[in-house]
Amino acid sequence: MKPLPSDSTIEMKDAIGTVKSTAKSLSGGFAVAEAMRQTNPDVVACYPITPSTLVVEKFSELVANGEVDTEFVAVESEHSALSACLAATAAGVRSQTASSSQGLAYMWEVLYAVSGLRLPVVLHCANRALSAPINIHGDHTDTMGARDSGWIQLYAENPQEAYDNALAAVRIAEHPDVLLPVLGSQDGYTVTHSVERVDVLPDKEVKKFVGQYTPKSALLDIENPVTFGPLVSPKHAFELKLQGIEAMSRAEDVIDSIGEEFAFLTGRPLDSVELYRMEDAELVMVVIGSVAGTARVAIDRLRSDGTKAGLLKIRSYRPFPSTRICEVLGGKKAVAVLDRALSPGAPYSPLYTDICAALYSHGVILPLASFVHGIGGRDTYPKQIIEAFQRIEEKLKVGESMNQTEYLGIT
Amino acid sequence: MNPQKKFIAAPGGIIPNPGNTADRQTGDWRVKRPVIDMERCTHCMICWIYCPDSAIVAKEGRFIEFDLVHCKGCGICAEECPPNCIDMIEELTFQNINGTSGDEQ
Repeated sequence: MKPLPSDSTIEMKDAIGTVKSTAKSLSGGFAVAEAMRQTNPDVVACYPITPSTLVVEKFSELVANGEVDTEFVAVESEHSALSACLAATAAGVRSQTASSSQGLAYMWEVLYAVSGLRLPVVLHCANRALSAPINIHGDHTDTMGARDSGWIQLYAENPQEAYDNALAAVRIAEHPDVLLPVLGSQDGYTVTHSVERVDVLPDKEVKKFVGQYTPKSALLDIENPVTFGPLVSPKHAFELKLQGIEAMSRAEDVIDSIGEEFAFLTGRPLDSVELYRMEDAELVMVVIGSVAGTARVAIDRLRSDGTKAGLLKIRSYRPFPSTRICEVLGGKKAVAVLDRALSPGAPYSPLYTDICAALYSHGVILPLASFVHGIGGRDTYPKQIIEAFQRIEEKLKVGESMNQTEYLGIT
Repeated sequence: MNPQKKFIAAPGGIIPNPGNTADRQTGDWRVKRPVIDMERCTHCMICWIYCPDSAIVAKEGRFIEFDLVHCKGCGICAEECPPNCIDMIEELTFQNINGTSGDEQ
């Protein structure tokens, strides 16, 4: 078969959205760079790190070719990258950055500053394991560590979703009810470097969709001077942090409404969760990221053998759509949570802990099994997921406890 | 001086009205309070020049009083006063610690 040249375009005939998209063959990294080209942010400050390098490499090429108006700041570190974005957004313009793993870790203290100042910065993250051992492959340890930093976190399953999230992120972050930074994630290599069909909206539609950034307060608005980042005493700091909690909870509705608006254009739903064969499912697996595709294959095979399996994919991890998850999982026979991060010393990995807390607080008590997969970029196969389902089925049958975390693919 | 207003913060702790410290009680962590002996004050205004805040209230070139809502009790005025007529007294010896009615806390 002749390979598809990367810039080839095919007219979409089966588009269900109201806008005709163009199919391109793009990797996840290039898909995000394409979304950035169409968004045309005012400032992009980056320091390259594998596997998010594709985003930076492609975007700096677009800058050099004059295809965007962006001020590209080639900073000396990730700490500076996010600091530059913080300052640019506080000054009143739209800014974005990209990073991975150690780079995200190096941004750490600025992550809290950006969310605390309620600046709608967008960060494109390619998930990668944290050292040591040094490993450049995908797992969620980097972004899961940032889950309490007050950033909205969206996870993409494939290059298409990475593109979609990159556009929706701008709107979600800048929504007046939200005003929080958004971190859009995709699994390193599995998504970032996999070339797939990506349906790309026309430039003018994206321009209309993302609109203009019009901040209420900006440092460069010299007619209305404001102070950003003053010292806040214990008398007021608690209330300010609670405003961030409230904004995060309002973001749940905003994510879904912007998802609907996006779906109207593209025909692709963009909800906080995605369901697969859930209507009559008895055993459910909850996943985040690229493993959702593998899980779908596994579920199809289990279904053909008579096991009623279903999938719940989390797209929005922060805010965590607890109520929606409980509605969907209530009444199921058992649920398996598939984490791609470790939390040493914690009872369970992050996703399991969140699902468990959501279910318990909503009075939904059911057998909940914990699985961890893909650490340090290890591949996960449909067979392993099928076996995980089978073990749950077996444990249910004999009434055995599921409270021990199982690690998939360990040799 | 405005009494402490109900605090409604702009998102992100942004301060949209410049110079609002005048409306805020910023001296409430003072440990020692300056007390002046007006008999010996020469109105040289050295204290007014040295005060790192603006806690010396003056009128027509004469010392009027200390602004105890904003004075942090650093003691620079007492240190610099040429006739040595300012004493720094422990706040605990006063009934109200803020220099205001004490009800607004």
